[in-house]
Amino acid sequence: MRLTLPVTFGATVVLLASACGGGPEPIPLTDPDSLAAAEQVRRDSVASEQAVRDSVTRVQAEERVRVRRQQEARQDSIMRIQQETAAVTEMLSSRIHFDFDRSEIKPEYVSVLDAKIAILRANPMLMIEIVGHCDERGSDEYNIALGNRRAIGAKQYMVDRGVSAERISTRSMGESQPLVMGSNEEAWAQNRRDQFTITAGGDGLVQPGI
Amino acid sequence: MILFLLIQASVVQAAYSQGNRALDRGVRVGITYAPGTLPGLLILDGERGSFVDSVRAILQRDLDYSDLFELILLFGGDHLTSGPGQGSGPPASDGLPAVVNYQLYAALGAQFAVDVVSHGDSGVSVTLYDVLGETVRTELHIPNQEVGDARFRTTVHSVADEVVLGAAGTPGIASSQVLFVRDGRLYRVDSDGANITEMATQGRVYSPVWHPDGLSFAYVNFPGDSRIRVASAEGGFGNPDIVVAPADGVQDFAPSFSPNGAMMVFARASRTGTDIYSYDLADDCCLQRLTVCQFSDNLSPTYSPDGRQIAFVSTRAGQPQIYVMASEGTGQELFAPFDFGVTGSSFAPEWSPDGLNVAFHRDVEGSTQVFVMDVASRSVRQLTSAGRNEDPTWAPDGRHLAYVSSRAGSNQIWIIDIETGRIRQLTRMGKVRLPAWSSRQSGSVL
Repeated sequence: MRLTLPVTFGATVVLLASACGGGPEPIPLTDPDSLAAAEQVRRDSVASEQAVRDSVTRVQAEERVRVRRQQEARQDSIMRIQQETAAVTEMLSSRIHFDFDRSEIKPEYVSVLDAKIAILRANPMLMIEIVGHCDERGSDEYNIALGNRRAIGAKQYMVDRGVSAERISTRSMGESQPLVMGSNEEAWAQNRRDQFTITAGGDGLVQPGI
Repeated sequence: MILFLLIQASVVQAAYSQGNRALDRGVRVGITYAPGTLPGLLILDGERGSFVDSVRAILQRDLDYSDLFELILLFGGDHLTSGPGQGSGPPASDGLPAVVNYQLYAALGAQFAVDVVSHGDSGVSVTLYDVLGETVRTELHIPNQEVGDARFRTTVHSVADEVVLGAAGTPGIASSQVLFVRDGRLYRVDSDGANITEMATQGRVYSPVWHPDGLSFAYVNFPGDSRIRVASAEGGFGNPDIVVAPADGVQDFAPSFSPNGAMMVFARASRTGTDIYSYDLADDCCLQRLTVCQFSDNLSPTYSPDGRQIAFVSTRAGQPQIYVMASEGTGQELFAPFDFGVTGSSFAPEWSPDGLNVAFHRDVEGSTQVFVMDVASRSVRQLTSAGRNEDPTWAPDGRHLAYVSSRAGSNQIWIIDIETGRIRQLTRMGKVRLPAWSSRQSGSVL
């Protein structure tokens, strides 16, 4: 009998120890006093394991929050950039209009062009194209020349104010692409215009400083 | 038979009462005209048949559209040349010699008579008689062929041109064709409005113009790459040639060939404005800028038929007006006179093939009308007044102009004879623009 118990305890301890995997080396049990010690070791091991588990869970939770906040911040940032880019693009693409058979910049559109110049200054990689359009009057061929004159007129205004000529290309559509269909002054006035489009550097545009 | 008797009666009357035109009403059917202004041309009726009828109908229309004759038409069963007699005409299908009753034709007011006679399987003959000289002027043969075939119409148009040449001494325009643009596509149409064919081109077409040989044409792909291309008019359009080397940031348009086809002038829109350039097509070289105006545009060049001068549009005085220069670019001056601030803007000049006139369109009181300037006197005459009328282009005879008109509602091509003012509608498909009339050779098969 005396021989049996220690074997049983010993087996239990060995089992516990192996279950913890990486716990202290099992103490060889030679007498009944060592049972208490073994039990203490077991309790300590379980508590330690729980502590590790808690710690991992906590760290994981914190990490998740951190990542989520980072993602949210990034998305906010992307959205802000997108919104800003969209706002700048909209400012950039606002049209200017002309009097019949004229290509001079009308006074009410000077501020529109000045805003575009500020955007070009604030975004040095930005390149644009100015496309001149005409109403349906005049000859088809003359309207190519007039549309070209309207495009290069707006470009010259910007170049005169410091924008590099290489950043602005020009083209005429003549009367081939009316904005509004119709043969009346209202439609014609809408169709006599310059349109501004981005040809390069249009990502992440920033608003010009005030 | 009844008609024949009527004719006989009126001939007798006419012989005895010169100048009493009321009596002629019995024989002149179809076209009302003022006698004495143009030579009368009698189109003889004859036997029926789908082929001979088609030839006669097309021929009759072509001769009418030449505006060189007063057509005298005779309807009815009996043929004026049929029956026994001692005429000098060609044998009819029954093998009997036809009667050519010159005295009768002369009494009807005809100086010329045209007879279309069927010869069974071998086709039809077309004979032009000189009524006063009592001789045959021209005799042509048209072999039997499919009436629906476009080549058939072309053949009859060519015969009509030969008849006009025989009678009037100047070739007709029936076999010429007109290019025009509709919704960015290019079409051609025979001078009588038939046989509309879409041409294979690259991109949306602008500024079409015939080569003087009538076998090819130039156009611009606008607003695509704005390059000038030349393509064959008879197929083989796979890869039309870009004739002027591309340059960055420019748009080329409004090409025009020199009369010998060796040179091309065109307008180029660039960062400095629009100017006229010439290019040597024969040697494929030597791009030359002919106008240099920093603050004005120059465009729509057109050669004089001797190739020595170029008329063009310029805004150098503010509004667009018609100017002229030597073909090398020297001696630039105002061509069509205008009153500053009064006369409307002027556009799209085209020099007539005989060199006598320049046609263009000009703004008039909120509309646009076609004008012709006499080159010698530089006097300007307004030709149209109903609706908007623009982009005139000369027929090879130098007296007919095709132009775009809104007079019937939508934009159509109309043709005006500048001598008589007579107009006719060429297209009926709407929204057409930019017509370009070919030289005589276009489509000719004779």
